[in-house]
Amino acid sequence: MTPATTTETDVPTGLEPGGTDQPPDEPAGPVVGTRRERREDPALLTGEARFTDDLQIPGALHLAVVRSPFAHARITRVDVSPALAMPGVVAAFTGEDLQGEWAAPMPCAWPVTEDMKSPPHLPLAVGKTCYAGDGVAVVLAESNEAARDAIDAVDVEYEPLPAVTDLAAAISDEVVIHEDLGTNTSYRWELHLDDDAVERAFADAAHVVRERYIQQRLLPMAMEPRACAAVPQPFGGDITLYSATQIPHILKIMTAVTLGFPEHQLRVVAPSVGGGFGSKLNVYAEELLVTALARKLHQPIRWVEERTENALGTIHGRGQIQDIELAADADGRVTAVRVDLTADMGAYLQLVTPGIPLLGAFLYCGVYDVPAFSFGCTGVFTTMTPTDAYRGAGRPEATYAIERAMDALADEVGVDPAEIRRRNYIGADRFPYTAVTGLVYDSGNYEAAAAKALDLAGYDDLRAEQQRRRAEGGPKHLGIGISSYFEMCGLAPSRVLASLNYSAGGWEAATVRMLPTGKVQVVTGATPHGQGHETSWSMIVADKLGVPPDDVDVLHSDTALSPLGMDTYGSRSLVVGGVAIDMACDRVVDKARRIAAHQLEAAAEDLEFRGGEFSVRGSPDRSVPLAAIAFAAFTAHDLPDGEEPNLEAHVTYDPPNFSWPFGTHVCVVEVDEETGGVEVRKYVAVDDCGNQINPLIVEGQVHGGIVQGLAQALFEGVVYDADGNLVTSNLTDYLVPSAPDVPSLTLDHTVTPSPTNALGVKGIGEAGTIGSTPAVMNAIVDALRPLGVDEVLMPASPLNVWNAIQRAQSRPDPERTTTSATAGDTNADAGGAS
Amino acid sequence: MIPAPFDYARAGSAEEALSLLTEHGEDAKLLAGGHSLLPLMKLRLAQPSVLIDVGRLRDLSYIRDAGDHIAVGALTRHHDLETSDLLETEAPILKHAAGEVGDPQVRHRGTIGGSLAHADPASDLPAVVLALKGTLVARSPSGEREIRADEFFTGFLESALAPDELLTEIRIPKVAGLGWSFQKFNRRAQDWAIVGVAAVVDGERTGVGLVNMGSTPIRAAAVEAAVAGGASAEEAAQRAVDDAEPQADLNASVEYRTHLAKVLVRRALEEARA
Amino acid sequence: MRITMTVNGRERSSEVEPRTLLVHHIREGLGLTGTNVGCDTSSCGACTVLMDGESVKSCTVLAVQADGADVTTIEGLARDGEMHPMQQAFQRNHGLQCGFCTPGMVMAAVSLLEEVPHPTDREVRLGLEGNLCRCTGYQNIVAAVLDAAGSTQEAGA
Repeated sequence: MTPATTTETDVPTGLEPGGTDQPPDEPAGPVVGTRRERREDPALLTGEARFTDDLQIPGALHLAVVRSPFAHARITRVDVSPALAMPGVVAAFTGEDLQGEWAAPMPCAWPVTEDMKSPPHLPLAVGKTCYAGDGVAVVLAESNEAARDAIDAVDVEYEPLPAVTDLAAAISDEVVIHEDLGTNTSYRWELHLDDDAVERAFADAAHVVRERYIQQRLLPMAMEPRACAAVPQPFGGDITLYSATQIPHILKIMTAVTLGFPEHQLRVVAPSVGGGFGSKLNVYAEELLVTALARKLHQPIRWVEERTENALGTIHGRGQIQDIELAADADGRVTAVRVDLTADMGAYLQLVTPGIPLLGAFLYCGVYDVPAFSFGCTGVFTTMTPTDAYRGAGRPEATYAIERAMDALADEVGVDPAEIRRRNYIGADRFPYTAVTGLVYDSGNYEAAAAKALDLAGYDDLRAEQQRRRAEGGPKHLGIGISSYFEMCGLAPSRVLASLNYSAGGWEAATVRMLPTGKVQVVTGATPHGQGHETSWSMIVADKLGVPPDDVDVLHSDTALSPLGMDTYGSRSLVVGGVAIDMACDRVVDKARRIAAHQLEAAAEDLEFRGGEFSVRGSPDRSVPLAAIAFAAFTAHDLPDGEEPNLEAHVTYDPPNFSWPFGTHVCVVEVDEETGGVEVRKYVAVDDCGNQINPLIVEGQVHGGIVQGLAQALFEGVVYDADGNLVTSNLTDYLVPSAPDVPSLTLDHTVTPSPTNALGVKGIGEAGTIGSTPAVMNAIVDALRPLGVDEVLMPASPLNVWNAIQRAQSRPDPERTTTSATAGDTNADAGGAS
Repeated sequence: MIPAPFDYARAGSAEEALSLLTEHGEDAKLLAGGHSLLPLMKLRLAQPSVLIDVGRLRDLSYIRDAGDHIAVGALTRHHDLETSDLLETEAPILKHAAGEVGDPQVRHRGTIGGSLAHADPASDLPAVVLALKGTLVARSPSGEREIRADEFFTGFLESALAPDELLTEIRIPKVAGLGWSFQKFNRRAQDWAIVGVAAVVDGERTGVGLVNMGSTPIRAAAVEAAVAGGASAEEAAQRAVDDAEPQADLNASVEYRTHLAKVLVRRALEEARA
Repeated sequence: MRITMTVNGRERSSEVEPRTLLVHHIREGLGLTGTNVGCDTSSCGACTVLMDGESVKSCTVLAVQADGADVTTIEGLARDGEMHPMQQAFQRNHGLQCGFCTPGMVMAAVSLLEEVPHPTDREVRLGLEGNLCRCTGYQNIVAAVLDAAGSTQEAGA
């Protein structure tokens, strides 16, 4: 397959779309590429689907967690006896009571450096609490109401210590949070490729921009709060853990290790899961507590999170200070990028906390041909909720920094933001492209996607309107923002993970099994929570095996049914898990071909397989359907010598490379100078994720991703007060936008297949989030440049926008208050030093 | 989130509600639509020992032409206000503002009386009733009394209602044909206003109410006086915070809230006059 | 306290504590778990049901307040094994991903079309302002509601 970009909507591979509408009957042609409705939907639409808290579990005790109201405090006394006296309460435990339950502290699977510092982290704090929301005791009661009533009765004495909520203060070590570590710095990770080249590039640069960006903390806010339940099985020592998790497979291993529980006696089930966005890619205290207490008390134990607990006790995202410097020649061609991050770990290292900034480390050169690069990151502890993966995980941060800095460079050089990008894009003829970091970008045509997006947005007309309106004056300012993004997803080649010191592989498992009646059973190690895997996997299998998609069942999310898997995150499910299924189908067909050849008394290589039928090339009347082969394989009455009965194949696939989707987003805003209000007038996205299995699902992923990234730009941000209390602890104060708050989106795509997998596919789950935040912020800053504004803090709330304008207007630079600047005007320096 | 336990009594009539109030005194809270009280109870910021449910007093749900004014029953829901043809003609600002309260689900349950009695400075309708120079009718075992809107809001979440009083009616002067504007500035459609301005412009009888500009719903008397004195919208808007005590919160600093109030008052006066 | 309500066409009588929220009564008392709880502050709308034909957030209504009411939950929309036109429109337009907000979103949308049978894009968005979704960016939800409004129109024509 040759990677070539088409800007048409057809797919130039063997995966031609069967039409844009779903036909009433099963289509004769391929289903891959069609906008097939999701099979998951009826259960979810009628209330039949079961989320974890919907499960009926007879005899279950309800767990509630007593949480520290202090960010940082010594626990001097915990007395659960008043709670035990409350009606319905069955038991209560302090952190000390349960210390013996843990064979190991809570896991961090990504020790990014040899000398990384990680404090022991127990499911219930002992002696000290390090963030507001840290669990200090638990109550078990006959009802959730009784358990919740009783936690207020647990008597805890705290000796408050100073909170550390500022990264600079944390690095100063004035207050050391984990005394045994002696420092708040967890690690320093650096990527040195050719430091001399970087130095030379900056020394020789005609233009330099130096920017600092703040990635505010975010709350993932999956609509389903977390929930879990541990149910001891009546016979033997087995426990089933139900959890609203993205990672039942990883959770099983980690729970076994943390509890010292035999892994083979633990089954983890993720029922319907109401969104994750990374927040359910973790091993949480409550999952360990319900399992440990079910083991201890021989009773089912269940827990459901309240939204405020979700804000306090579920991981946060982002939380970085980014310093980025670009060196460029006189034409604005970037000659070097230098990046230094300070990353907020929060109070403890959760499952992959320290690795998140590293997932972005390799993306800070963006879609540009940059010859020199250096990167460093310092991970620091604070007295706030731990951070970890949130949609995009490191990659939105990286894209934000380079895309904002490219706008600053455009301003510095005095060219249009679209033009500065054109001068720097990696050319379509350079793929596969080996970047300065050594990573190989599989395929791309960045300029084509950008051209299509600019055209759809009516870019030239918008710039003309902007110029006209700036000349006219007025309180409303038009801004146009561009973001050209790419990302590395489809986590991940196991050897690359090894080089980053990650503690697991990046493979995925799949089984494809023909049942005796010709139906198909697929077992996947991917764990969907909204992505529509059942629909997409059935489409891939339908085309490969020539069966109707509805004849394909997909089993997942239960370690008893799907014992092997690495779960769903990092836009990996299709690129790794889907490709594994595709390969398993090939093996099923190979075996079926041998059996068919035996039955048809022909050579295997003379058989054609098409439309679910084997036929002898040149003798179409000599044919046998796959279903008949499946039955023959089941009866095993007449198989070739040495052939095993049954028709199934298992594949564990380790991808040879990441996949590198890309695209360009254009955001158009109107900023009201008087109120600071921002209105998104238009949003255009052209994305390229290679071949699309189901465009309906692809578009849905892009829509949701864009709005989540737009929400970071405009609405969302975690606020802690100076005492370390979380102020934005519910959906009234933490502003997840609703329908009228977001624009209608205009989408299009290009198709540049990935050459590294047979499906030609790339991930799309995070692309929207990665592309959108800088597009929105570039638009806002673009609107306000004539007022001298070169930076607006995220979220660009009316207050933050207004403050930015006030700051700019109070600076004594007459150039900054000009209102007749045009696009490409060089009057403002974008906060950079040249 | 579950409220703390309480006793529940359902009033079948206004009289029964009054006698229950007298019986339980300060421990009791009246429950109308519940959309101000229940959220506080779920967070256990309010823990009344008795709830007196007046939600079924359908005879207190009406919008009537009472000659020189419009009479609105205290248990009239926001949804009924936002769909009222009578209000469309006689007090369009109230109809419009009711449609901006919360979200449709809230408007299906929340009542004007509940909203006014809760006396939340961030609520929309108190400022509108202030701008309209409305009158509130309270009933107690000893009879009925009228309270002017600008004397009703006495402190943060505190009103002039006595513990044994029930708000029964809101009387709105007819303002058919007068210029009006309701400026609600917020970040999400469902949210409280960062600042809101209700204005009914009628020369010397101009009324201006402010949302979220102090510890109570605010009547912007200085703005009203400026308008009455012939000031331009721009000039009158400079008096926007004379009667207010803007506070800082997540969405606004004192400076920004002050500035925003001036901008929105100006825009409200301009729109009302347009 | 004893309460009786008609839920999805069936009369249900139960004993509840006064503090029991309608959503908890529906989920735990009546075993109808399609209605979800997504927040503590009446913000997310996941718990939206119809009470006497109008959308309400069942986390902000006491079960005792619904005594005597006619309540429709997501389980009560489909008829004779056929999904309600709104449910069908959500599937047709990919108006859901994880599906957790979906029951509340669908109920809010059904109530909206009762009041505004032929809404504009903006009216749909404003009509759903009390329901949060984290997956779809709302685009296909809005498309689904507009689609359902169209099919309602055709059905009525």
